[in-house]
Amino acid sequence: MIWSGATFDVPTGSFAAVIGPNGAGKSTLINLLLGGLKPASGTVEVLGSPAETGNPRIGLVPQNRSLDHAGSILCRDLVALGLVGTRWGIGLRGPDLAAEVDDVLTAVDAQDYAHLRFGEVSGGQQKRISIAQALITKPDMLLLDEPLAGLDLSGQVDIVELVHHINHDRGVTVLFVTHDLNPLLAHIDSLVYLIDGTPRFGNVDDVVDSGLLTRLYGTPVQVTRTADGCVFTRTE
Amino acid sequence: MFIATLVNSTQTQTGLSLLTSPFMINALIAGTLIAIASGAIGYFVLLRDLPFATHAVAHIGFPGATLAVLVGATPVVGLVAACAAGGIAIGAMGHRARNREVVTGTVLAFATGLGLLFNSLGSAQSGLLTNLLFGNILAITTAQVVAFTAIVLVVLVVLAATGRKLLFASVDPDVAAARGVNTRALSAMFLLAMSLIIAISVTVVGVLLIFALLVTPAATAIRLTARPTLVIAIASGIALVSVWGGLIVATYQPWPPSFVITTIACVAWIALPQLMKLRGPVAAPDVVTHIASS
Repeated sequence: MIWSGATFDVPTGSFAAVIGPNGAGKSTLINLLLGGLKPASGTVEVLGSPAETGNPRIGLVPQNRSLDHAGSILCRDLVALGLVGTRWGIGLRGPDLAAEVDDVLTAVDAQDYAHLRFGEVSGGQQKRISIAQALITKPDMLLLDEPLAGLDLSGQVDIVELVHHINHDRGVTVLFVTHDLNPLLAHIDSLVYLIDGTPRFGNVDDVVDSGLLTRLYGTPVQVTRTADGCVFTRTE
Repeated sequence: MFIATLVNSTQTQTGLSLLTSPFMINALIAGTLIAIASGAIGYFVLLRDLPFATHAVAHIGFPGATLAVLVGATPVVGLVAACAAGGIAIGAMGHRARNREVVTGTVLAFATGLGLLFNSLGSAQSGLLTNLLFGNILAITTAQVVAFTAIVLVVLVVLAATGRKLLFASVDPDVAAARGVNTRALSAMFLLAMSLIIAISVTVVGVLLIFALLVTPAATAIRLTARPTLVIAIASGIALVSVWGGLIVATYQPWPPSFVITTIACVAWIALPQLMKLRGPVAAPDVVTHIASS
């Protein structure tokens, strides 16, 4: 058992970060929401209905894809698969489909490199393509699994800004799994934090606190409030 | 020349008259079907990171064929049955076991040893061992052509029906599973289809040269284009040219078709990406990962 006694609701339209140390069960939480895992007891409801696989209302942005498998195909084909990859038959290039692919590519500003192979574009560009793929089913919720891993600072900021706009402009609820909270602090409104074997939910002001984060990460953390938000740093 | 020697004809047959002889027509039909199926299967073999598994399945087919002879059955029946069983077993081992090279290599060696044992216990048919290890497209019978046609058609229909789901499950398994694609069923289905095509390809190029039909043409094609249907078309085309080339050359030269088939596939793998480079960008081997370089 990873954790128990989890009871929390994430309000529709939130931009929530999901934080917790390694092994705390962040992947388990994602799998529960996706319906790939069933809870030993209790219920998981997503967007008003029980969690089940194949829900097009949830867009998943997976952790770094294996380029062994995805590297050889075109970015726009990977995006198209998000829509037609669940259907029988062949073909990734119908005119209607192309229009839908172009729509989401524009939304993530990825038109310029969508004709390249997924393995040929940078890590940040791969994330944008993954977000475009997740958006193509017009989801009500976006689940991002460690989207900042492996990105440099400006790449991290770009992705957070992009997700902020998706959340703000489209009203998409966002659950953003991350190790590093700092790039997110300006935009998130709430957090799901996995602490002492239990996931909890709280507002930014309550959770981003030196004492709580120190307990969460098991290492001394100092939260400093600044004029436009706050930063937290590890202290000795 | 090779063929003329093989048929040991009383009349000297060469060139065109050989191309229309019954065993040659069987070879052309079976070779064409197998080449087309190999291209389609080969693309997914690469995407699913299974090149080594193709080798293992072919080797598992070897004892099946020699055991069949030992018990008085047709070797191809044993070959197909053992390959299919091998594919199902690899599927049952699951994702984690599949790429363990030591496991695969050990099973492969054991199967080959077993095949050798059955062969020496049996009333060793002359040429059986060579045909199994290196293939003999000219030995394909009319009954086999009928059976191979059925197998290839079923496999192609299944691939066409599941194409997008299989592609999604192959390139993006986590998201595909989250979106409700039955990735496990597709994986099992693909391994079975792959094993059947390997089994019938063994009759053409043999256990040892299976890469030349199942992997090399697709590895060449995937560097030339990224579009799935085009990769499959080019891979099938390369396999087709290899097989037909092998048959045509064998009518004029004392070379076994398998040699020519593997040579054409290998030359295409080296030369086509170089030729394409003159016209535009070709995916570097590291982009298609170890696919093209393995």
